[in-house]
Amino acid sequence: MTASVRMPGAIFRVWTIVILFIALKAAGNLSLAWGMKHFPQTMSADPIPYILAMFDPFVALGVLALILALLMRMALLSLADLSYVLPVTAIGYVIAAFLGKTFLSETVSGQRWLGTVLIFVGAALVGSTSHSTTGAQTK
Amino acid sequence: MKWTLVSLMVVATVLSDLLQSFEMKRAGEQSVGARGLMRLLREIARRHFLILAIGCMAVSFFSFMALVQTEPLSFAVPASAASFVLETVLARVVLGERISARRAVGALIVLCGVVLVGG
Repeated sequence: MTASVRMPGAIFRVWTIVILFIALKAAGNLSLAWGMKHFPQTMSADPIPYILAMFDPFVALGVLALILALLMRMALLSLADLSYVLPVTAIGYVIAAFLGKTFLSETVSGQRWLGTVLIFVGAALVGSTSHSTTGAQTK
Repeated sequence: MKWTLVSLMVVATVLSDLLQSFEMKRAGEQSVGARGLMRLLREIARRHFLILAIGCMAVSFFSFMALVQTEPLSFAVPASAASFVLETVLARVVLGERISARRAVGALIVLCGVVLVGG
């Protein structure tokens, strides 16, 4: 919080990257899951099916989105501590459950929703503790 | 089998994150414009721990691919939060970041969540 007072520009930049990261990660995971579920070969320790799966359009699109998300996350880690980055991106777990239910027709039990919400709450609790970002320390 | 894949994914993710965080802190602040991304890519090639981090990430990613093929996305993604618990512990031990009691409780709640999601 102190960082937002001292460095509004840095905080805005951090949150822009956070939102981009969450959106790319969610879209990437959905596309990848869709592609993998429709891929005819079952994955094992053999690396060949993984390579072949990469040529599936949905898997390829998912991989591309996840690579972009990864670059966003690396940029984010250069601005903020790992123990700050992890909690603020935790909403992704809830989004994944919604996407699975909505687009992949998954049955999400009450217990699974509770678990997902606990994961989010736990992460938010961690995030609500005071944290320093390296961005707040730069000139 | 699903927990084997989750474990492999989690350990590889944690190793990758610690190596990334360690090296990116040393690299200094990065921008996200086109030139910034090019500079980031050059930085990755120059730093060996980042290459190792990418190797761990590949292992984690292939485990995730295998996991989402057979398990629901609503299990695979939340289950990957187990890495959050392990990372909080290792961020304290390896990176020397300060972890408060409240933060530790949060990590424990996440752990309970992961157990429920998998049940």
